[in-house]
Amino acid sequence: MPSRSEIDEKPEGTHTMSRALPWIVPLAILLLWQAASQFGVLADQIMPAPTAVAEAFWRVTRSGELLRDIEISTWRAFAGFAVGGGIGFALGMLNGLSQLSEKLTDSTLQMVRNIPHLALIPLVILWFGIGEEAKLFLVALGVFFPIYVNTLHGVRSVDRQLLEMGRAYGMSERAIFWRVVFPGALPSIFVGLRYGLGIMWLTLIVAETISASSGIGFMAMNAREFMMVDVVVVSILIYAALGKLADSVARLLERTCLAWNPVYAEL
Amino acid sequence: MNVSILDTTPDTDLRQSSTGSPVRLRGVTKTFGSQTVLHGIDLDIPAGQFVAIVGRSGCGKSTLLRLLAGLDRPTAGTIEIHGLSTGWRDRVRLMFQEPRLLPWQRVAPNVEVGLSHAEAGADRRRQAFEALGQVGLSGREKEWPAILSGGQKQRVALARALVSHPRILAFDEPLGALDALTRIEMQALIEQVWEDKGFTAIVVTHDVSEAVALADRILLLDAGRVAMDVMVDLPRPRRHGDPVAAAIEGQILDRLLGR
Repeated sequence: MPSRSEIDEKPEGTHTMSRALPWIVPLAILLLWQAASQFGVLADQIMPAPTAVAEAFWRVTRSGELLRDIEISTWRAFAGFAVGGGIGFALGMLNGLSQLSEKLTDSTLQMVRNIPHLALIPLVILWFGIGEEAKLFLVALGVFFPIYVNTLHGVRSVDRQLLEMGRAYGMSERAIFWRVVFPGALPSIFVGLRYGLGIMWLTLIVAETISASSGIGFMAMNAREFMMVDVVVVSILIYAALGKLADSVARLLERTCLAWNPVYAEL
Repeated sequence: MNVSILDTTPDTDLRQSSTGSPVRLRGVTKTFGSQTVLHGIDLDIPAGQFVAIVGRSGCGKSTLLRLLAGLDRPTAGTIEIHGLSTGWRDRVRLMFQEPRLLPWQRVAPNVEVGLSHAEAGADRRRQAFEALGQVGLSGREKEWPAILSGGQKQRVALARALVSHPRILAFDEPLGALDALTRIEMQALIEQVWEDKGFTAIVVTHDVSEAVALADRILLLDAGRVAMDVMVDLPRPRRHGDPVAAAIEGQILDRLLGR
């Protein structure tokens, strides 16, 4: 017979084990990477050691360079997101609610959607130069479509039976919008939001790498010119962290706004 | 958790504030394209009567109910409620086959939907709580609809219909999706609130025994016409298996099945 303490300990142990499990592989890779750099298998010009990357991170943080670049990149990202997402949301709502508006604009928008927005970079540089407008324009254009398409889909897929109920119970058009249509479309809008956030960072990375005089992308390109591979790696990691952060915030918002939905309440 | 329906104490104020309205239909016809669903229906329902409309699928019973709820307009003919041929929509409430609760609103705000026509205020919340008490759901005001059982959701829908003190309550097979026991409970609850509040009740159902258990009068609709109009003069509450009720049920079923 096992003693009581043994029974109690077992689930505790498996729990810690299962939490640690996903970290084993990344940790092993990190150790291997460090070892490979240390023993000269991996050249510093190809990939600096993790410790060198950490040192570079500390260096650019202390000089204030990193914070300034993060600030400017974040500003660009969210300004573009606000413009593109705002227009996408408004048009998605409008086209979901008004057949006339949908007939008039939807097929045009669907055609434009097929143009990869990054293909416009040469044209955008011709139009705006390499100033802020070019990056804002590209981010806004990239973010516009996922938000537009998902908002439209959300409004379209609102439960007809609930709309009928709202009318039968004497709800005003305004009340139907705010209490039935908008909350009904929200899960789909969040899908567009998260997708749009991904495109937002991606577009910004490309735009900043090609043409910028500030921002994280510029920091990376500048470091490349001086063969500072460690700083290049830091920039890449910063982009990843910012993307992850934005997604986490969106998920938190989603969980708060969609608490009524058992699917999200469980997460 | 199921609160017994016997626990609900009817509010005397509400009893006075909600009395039934008479319904009068003259030559009501409804066509969809080339198909005529209702053929010139003439019908008088006195105030406070409990009417059940039965018939096969596609006989026009749901269409008739939608006309009475103001969700559709008749192609020809007139509907008068309380002597008014227009502007009666707020006197009628419709309960659907599905609860149709707003999943993103908690129970109490869902009931307040029934007061949409009235101006917002603290009074709304109080009335919603009262209506929830009437259907035996006191204490569940802050729940999300998703965690309620099918019967409880339908009770919330009933509270939403009752909260505005309708003169006419129309039910479109409201118990169709419920299990047998919950069905019997809901039938008793509907009968009880009808007796307390005195609204005119119109229930569309394909279940003849349910019609006989609940209604004062049963209308059989066939191909868009009233084919049978039977009074059920039995004391309430009715017991399942009463021989007179069984005879009426048999008579209607014979007509429905063409025997």
